[in-house]
Formats: sequence, C-alpha cells, structure tokens
Amino acid sequence: MLLIPCPYCGPRPEIEFSYGGEAHLARPRDPAACDDAAWGDFLYARTNPKGIHAERWRHAHGCGRFFNALRHTVSDQFLITYRIGAPRPEIAA
Amino acid sequence: MAPSRFSLLTLLRQAFSGPPDLSAHWRSPAPGPAYDVVIIGAGGHGLATAFHLAAEHGIRRVAVLEKGWLGGGNTGRNTTIVRSNYLMAESAALYEHALRLWEGLSQALNYNVMYSPRGVMMLAHNVHDIAVLKRHIYANRLAGIDNEWLSPAEAKAFCPPLNLAGGMRYPVLGAALQRRGGTARHDAVAWGYARAASALGVDIIQNCEVTAIDRDRAGAVSGVETTRGAIAARKIGVVAAGHTSVVMALAGLRMPLESYPLQALVSEPVKPVFPCVVMSNTIHAYISQSDKGELVIGAGTDAYVSYSQTGGLHIATHTLDAICELFPMFRRLRMLRNWGGIVDVTPDRSPIIGLTPVPGLFVNCGWGTGGFKATPGSGQVFAHTIATGAPHPINAPFSLDRFRCGRLIDEAAAAAVAH
Repeated sequence: MLLIPCPYCGPRPEIEFSYGGEAHLARPRDPAACDDAAWGDFLYARTNPKGIHAERWRHAHGCGRFFNALRHTVSDQFLITYRIGAPRPEIAA
Repeated sequence: MAPSRFSLLTLLRQAFSGPPDLSAHWRSPAPGPAYDVVIIGAGGHGLATAFHLAAEHGIRRVAVLEKGWLGGGNTGRNTTIVRSNYLMAESAALYEHALRLWEGLSQALNYNVMYSPRGVMMLAHNVHDIAVLKRHIYANRLAGIDNEWLSPAEAKAFCPPLNLAGGMRYPVLGAALQRRGGTARHDAVAWGYARAASALGVDIIQNCEVTAIDRDRAGAVSGVETTRGAIAARKIGVVAAGHTSVVMALAGLRMPLESYPLQALVSEPVKPVFPCVVMSNTIHAYISQSDKGELVIGAGTDAYVSYSQTGGLHIATHTLDAICELFPMFRRLRMLRNWGGIVDVTPDRSPIIGLTPVPGLFVNCGWGTGGFKATPGSGQVFAHTIATGAPHPINAPFSLDRFRCGRLIDEAAAAAVAH
C-alpha cells in the first residue's frame, strides 16, 4: 500500500484516496470543432509512461480535496505534489 | 536438440537409452541482419503469432525479440483460466475461436499444454448478478457457445467446497457454468509455441530489448535498433502487453492504454481438493487448483498506473477475505508466493489487434486482465493480419481505429476483476 503525501493533511495510507488518472488532459474548448481523431485522442489516448507520471488524486476519505502529483511508475515513489490548475513542475528523475 | 517429435515410442526409447536428453527445445541464435517480420515480445501471444506466420503463411524469416526471457512476463504470471463466455458478439467470436484451438493445441504443437476443460463457474451473489449472468448465458447460447445456469444446490454439487451456509454477507444465489472452460499450463504454452516455431525456422532472440523503431522516408517501418544491434524488417508486430505504450512511443504513437499491476498468489500444495475454476466478479475472487496442488488465486488490479510488477497487499487481502468466506476449508491454508504482472487496459476492456497509422507496424495489445485464454486465437488472427496486411474477419472489429470512430466493444465484465 502506498503512503501518499496529501498536501493538506500530510502522509496518509492509499486506501483513503481515490485515483483520478493522468493530469493535464485539457478538454478542447470547442468540442464541435474537433475532428474525430482529435476528440478520440482527448478521450482515450494516454501517455502511460514508464517513468515520471503526472496524475490526479483525491483525498476522498480525508479532506476531500483534489491535488496533482508526480510519481515514478517503476518505484511508485511520490516526487512532489502540487495544486490543481498549477503547471507541471520541472523535476529531474 | 531435444527429440524432433514427442510420442510414446520416443518416450520408451528415451527410457531405455542412457542419461536423459535435457537439451534445449528451441534454438537460441544470434540476431540476423534482416527478417521479413520482427515480432516484439516473446510471450504466448508473440510466439503464437510467429508460429502461425511460419506454419500457415509460409513466412519463416521471422524473429521474435524479447527484452527479458521467454514467457517471463504475463504469460508466466497469470492464473491460466480459459473460457469463452463473453457478452458481446465480437468478443464471443474471438474467444470461442481461441477455445476451439485450445482443444487441439497439444496435438497441433506436439507439446502437452495440459489444457484441462474442468469447467468455469461464475457466481451470482445478488439480483443484479443473476440478471447479468443470465444475460450472458442467453447471449452465449444464441451464439452457439455453451453456458448454463445452476441453482445453488447444483453449484454445490459441481463444486463441493462451496459454502452455502447462512449468514454470508454475499450468499451464493446461483452460478453460470461453462463446462468447456478450464485451465492450461501457462509455461508449457510458451514452451510449446517456442519449440514449434523454432523448428519451422523462427529465430527467438532473448535478452534483446528494442530501443528504437526505424522509419524510411515514406514513414513506413524499416527495422528496429536493439541492445544486440540493428535488425532490418519491413513488417513489425508489437506484442508487448504492459509495455506496449513504451514500445509504441518509439514510433511516436500515443495509445489508448493504461498499465496497471495485477496480482496473483498461490497456496502451499495440497492433495486434489478443488475440481473446477470458480470466479466471482462481485466479491472479487477467482480460484482453481494446479496439477502441482497449489491453489491459484487471482486478485484485482491496483488503482494507479504502474510498471512495478508488484501490487498492494490490501488488494490481495481483499481477495483472500472473499476466498475464505466462499471456501471456509481454506482458512488455515498458507500462501506460498504472490507476484504482480503489468496489464495494459483499454477504455472498453477489449483488445486491440490490427493495423496502426504507421505503415508496416502492427499491434496486438490491450488484453488487460484476461489475455491468456486468447493466446492461440490471438496468434492466429494476428499472423493473418501481418501476413496479408488486412485483418481477419474475427479481429476486424478490434481495430485501433475504433477509438477514433467510436465503435467500441464494451466488455465491462471481461474478467473477474472490477475495472
């Protein structure tokens, strides 16, 4: 089980959290203007990296708040957490 | 080399002739400079693809590249369940095609894959489960696939360890049974395909990781760079399971895939006590007994994307809670090992088998939590796709393009794990 550093509550066990998938997937501002390929790419394509992954978490059974995190998908180690809406931090592996 | 053909005569001759022949069952050649087809990934699906390319389509200049060792990924990590009782017509056709090949696979490969059609029983614990399982049964029977409804007493008669005592949080209200479903020996499947493919001239190259996919001026693939040198090929098939996104990124493609750890565990070996395969979608457990006597238990996926080949202990604990309630006789049993594999999951829980936007590049992925059962059928239709440049009618609906055009194949109940 992961120990997840909630930026508002501190480190808490994984079962208090729900996972929100890849972060920074911006919904197209005008979906009707998208062609099928662009819309399909937004809906379904994912980076799925073997390395540093930017992802959303929600402290569902704690403060209830969303936050973003950078986590390494091989070691599962959390590198940094940051606010929803903030740009992805630059960080070395 | 080991005997070219296994038979009773070979067995008798070996029994009376000196020390046993323990030589390798397949060649381990150095990579050649060029092949007609390069398959990336020497798991069951990749080896089956190479076998069918050589055996059915006469394409014998084939290399199967493997970054680790043969069958060391999900082929060696799954719970070996074989069944075809899927809901959607496209899926049922694909998995039934595979199931029919399983029935004759040991003969076709001249290698005992220990396919054992001992019956797969899926449990219903509430009104919703009953409706869902009966819908599967009716859909399967319309498609000519065996699947039948059992009352709780009939389920208990088919699987005596099942607990029907009162007071359970999730009582057993009935079950769907596919009698032709069962298990096979996962390692033997990889070894059997490797031996048969190697005998037909396929080069299986282990410890050879692909580091780049080369393209010509027109954008078509022209070969791969590997840790053991460059290899030219006009056709490349990617069969890399959980690492498909990583390999496809080498060709600049973003896939509709996410990779999750999926766990399994085995108990200490005991005498034969468990006659069939039992699965429960609702309380998250599946179990069978191997021929070695271990109980093979499958748990769920972790919630997050990971390549760690392990999984959270709370996931396995959750499954063992369910197993102990369904089968109280296993409560004192000790678990021997647990492990994780990385499964590539698509948004609609159906696989992707077919062409890609890059000419010459083919992909077979997205099997998620249940790819082992499809190994022979997957290999055959993917070999057809690579050899002819167009999908077989069975895998045509499973194109990558369905995530653009929206024609998804929604198999929400594709495995006994909630996705």
